[in-house]
Amino acid sequence: MLELSQVTAGYGAFTALWDVSLRVDTGEAVAVVGPNGAGKSTLLRAVSGLIAPRAGRIAFESAELAGRPAYEIVAHGIAHVPEGRRLFPKLTVAENLKMGAFLPAARSHFHESIERVYTLFPVLAERRAQRAGSLSGGEQQMLAVGRALMSRPKLILFDEPSMGLAPVMVLRLFDLIRRVREEGYTILIVEQNVRQVLKLVDRAYLLEVGRIKMEGRAADLAEQDFVRQAYVGF
Amino acid sequence: MIEPIFILEAVVNGILLGGVLALLALGLNLIFGVIDIVWIAYVDLVALCMYAVYFLVTLYGWPIWLAGLGAIVVGALLGMLVHLLIITPILSSPPINQLLATGGLLFFIQSAATLLWSTDHRSIRVSLPTLELGGIFISFSRLIAFGLAILAMIGLYFFLTRTYTGTAIRAVSQDREAIALMGARPQRLYLVTSAVGGAMAGVAGALLIIQYAVHPYFGGAFGPLTFMICVLGGLGNMVGAFFAAFIMAQVISVGGVMVSTEMGYVFAFVLFIVLMFVRPGGIFGRRG
Amino acid sequence: MTIAFRVVGLLALVAMALVPVLPLGAAEEYIWHVIIQIFLWSFVGNAWSLMGRFGLVSLGHGAFLGVGAYATVLLWNFFGMTPWVGILLAILLTVALALVVAYPCSRFQVVGHYFALVTLAVGEVVRLWIVAERDWTGGSLGVSLQTGGAASGWWTLQFADKRVFYYIGMAAWLFGLWVWWRVDRSMARSAMEAIGEDETAAASVGIRVTRFKMGITALSAALTAMGGALLALYLAYANPDTLSGIGVSLRIVFAVVLGGMYSLLGPFVGTALTIALSEYLRIYFGIKLIGIAETIYGLLLMIFIIFLPAGIYGSIREALFRRRSPRPPGAATVRA
Repeated sequence: MLELSQVTAGYGAFTALWDVSLRVDTGEAVAVVGPNGAGKSTLLRAVSGLIAPRAGRIAFESAELAGRPAYEIVAHGIAHVPEGRRLFPKLTVAENLKMGAFLPAARSHFHESIERVYTLFPVLAERRAQRAGSLSGGEQQMLAVGRALMSRPKLILFDEPSMGLAPVMVLRLFDLIRRVREEGYTILIVEQNVRQVLKLVDRAYLLEVGRIKMEGRAADLAEQDFVRQAYVGF
Repeated sequence: MIEPIFILEAVVNGILLGGVLALLALGLNLIFGVIDIVWIAYVDLVALCMYAVYFLVTLYGWPIWLAGLGAIVVGALLGMLVHLLIITPILSSPPINQLLATGGLLFFIQSAATLLWSTDHRSIRVSLPTLELGGIFISFSRLIAFGLAILAMIGLYFFLTRTYTGTAIRAVSQDREAIALMGARPQRLYLVTSAVGGAMAGVAGALLIIQYAVHPYFGGAFGPLTFMICVLGGLGNMVGAFFAAFIMAQVISVGGVMVSTEMGYVFAFVLFIVLMFVRPGGIFGRRG
Repeated sequence: MTIAFRVVGLLALVAMALVPVLPLGAAEEYIWHVIIQIFLWSFVGNAWSLMGRFGLVSLGHGAFLGVGAYATVLLWNFFGMTPWVGILLAILLTVALALVVAYPCSRFQVVGHYFALVTLAVGEVVRLWIVAERDWTGGSLGVSLQTGGAASGWWTLQFADKRVFYYIGMAAWLFGLWVWWRVDRSMARSAMEAIGEDETAAASVGIRVTRFKMGITALSAALTAMGGALLALYLAYANPDTLSGIGVSLRIVFAVVLGGMYSLLGPFVGTALTIALSEYLRIYFGIKLIGIAETIYGLLLMIFIIFLPAGIYGSIREALFRRRSPRPPGAATVRA
């Protein structure tokens, strides 16, 4: 479904990602794990068009996405839940969800989509008239996920969804993502919380200093001594 | 001593003036709030729209309501033109350059208007009756202008809260990157914002030309006042600007009757300074 | 500064000082007039840039100019007060006005766009006030300095011979440069630069933000008032549209930004260019098409601002500077 081949990307004079190749098949959940500053966010930003890769190809279904602007890429069916959630703090919960359905194709299914999001996250329905900025961290993360679902994507990119959440919320969050997965979405997730995320996904890539170091089935990867010592912590 | 009835009349006129001032301030504030650039020449665009109505009526014989609609179209086109030709190239320049570029536009509009249409004061004579209400005389054209201004602002409110594009315009001012992830094109939203701001200038122009004569330096009279209102209400804060407009209009109208028109402005300014001491973020607001 | 640079500068100064004694034929009065204007407006531009370079973008210097000019003229006209004292009082009055405006702005962190708009409003209100007090000020028609017959001389600062004012203007300009240079060399500069970058951070390391801002504002306003007074004395006439209000304020800022506000000679270069441009346009079109000179002026200013954001002199200097001392390599910005 999504295939990156030898993607190089960065900011200004700084290169964050070197020759990265990666593949996500339809219906799969794939994680990219690695330490802080490994280039994980850059990877997702290159896929969703927030930065243009310097070299390499990004194929999604039959379309070539490299160098396309973000507002076009989302129309292909890729939703990005960005790092730090990036909600519109002064808009209400309902308005944030409405923005998720900005694309013409998504607008026509607005009511259906919003009902689904409200069923998935009942707390959002309760708070629909509240400003997004006034929600708790966990609620904000739900809203960010809900907003992404509103565009009726085929593939969802999650960037550090557990960041800034209390430990108990982190567990609930991974539960929520699991439920999103069960709805049939394809997922590419970037996380530092390696232990949790490896339980969630089918396959994973290990990214270090901008390069893919290892790749494999999540269960296998979790068994690697190297990964266990460095990231899983047991 | 001035008779109370005149002051009451001034208060009523102040409310009516406030409606039009609010419209001006909202248009400017919309553009500032979204694009983060102050159009110094905003009221000069309004003056161009007033000329548009004037010429459509006197030269081409259009009925005034149609000319007013024409002015809205002219305003929207001017807004887009300003955005594409002047603002887009300097979006990432230092703020002072952005201010100056629209300041250069102010020079350009004022002197080009002098060149083309001379410094004559031009007005449309609208023969509308004056209402008398308990000894107070209210000009009917002012009443109409007030009503239409309020309607235009309600329209703007619904556009910004109910439509996808309007909501996206509010969203892009909060997070430009995130709105791109929703599939909206920030550049296009800016263009729409400029067009809407320009259209508001068109409405204001149409409402002003039935009360005031237009001349090349018309912007000089209302421009600084509009900026004061926007700062007072909180730049980018639409609700604040709305109320600030009525406060300033009241001071100008009552002060104008009690001393002189110019002193009315001076009083408004003094109030402005005092309020800046008391509520520096604008009377209703936080600063961005 | 290299020796060669100093020599060139000194030669240029000598040449400027010699202009009044050179035989320039029939046009000499006009040439002196243009250069005097350049001196005085550069002086004002320098005064503006004292604030502008530290992020205090004022669009209301016309207010200071107007108060300085009108106070000096009116004190002479109505009380026969010599401009020597008049200018001093005018400066005090202007500084008081500047502080009344700047204090709340600084105290409550009115910066950036807000500051620009507040000062712009101040400039316009001073203009309106001048127009409103028409019994004193002559309203929008302006007011002439009453020379009272043979009032020419140092007591009245009125001179039949333009050359005297040429040297007064030049002295004022050099004085302005000297002040600019002193500020540039002082501790206040680093403090103000820190404030311009980030007020809160500056305050947290012990910089007294309000005090520095008040100081630089008072200095800038005082010099601007002096410039306004000198302009009014030179022209023996003050008019609300030429010495106050938004138009003048914008012209001052344009000239400085055009020349480059971070360099000593930027305001001079910008002022000389804008005055030369508007004089040229004025002469070229004469009175055939009223408004066309200004139209082209406005158009060119927009084009300059859009395509030469660092200013003309600033761009040239930057290019020279970069060639002489290349930046250290590396120092790339890194984002997580």
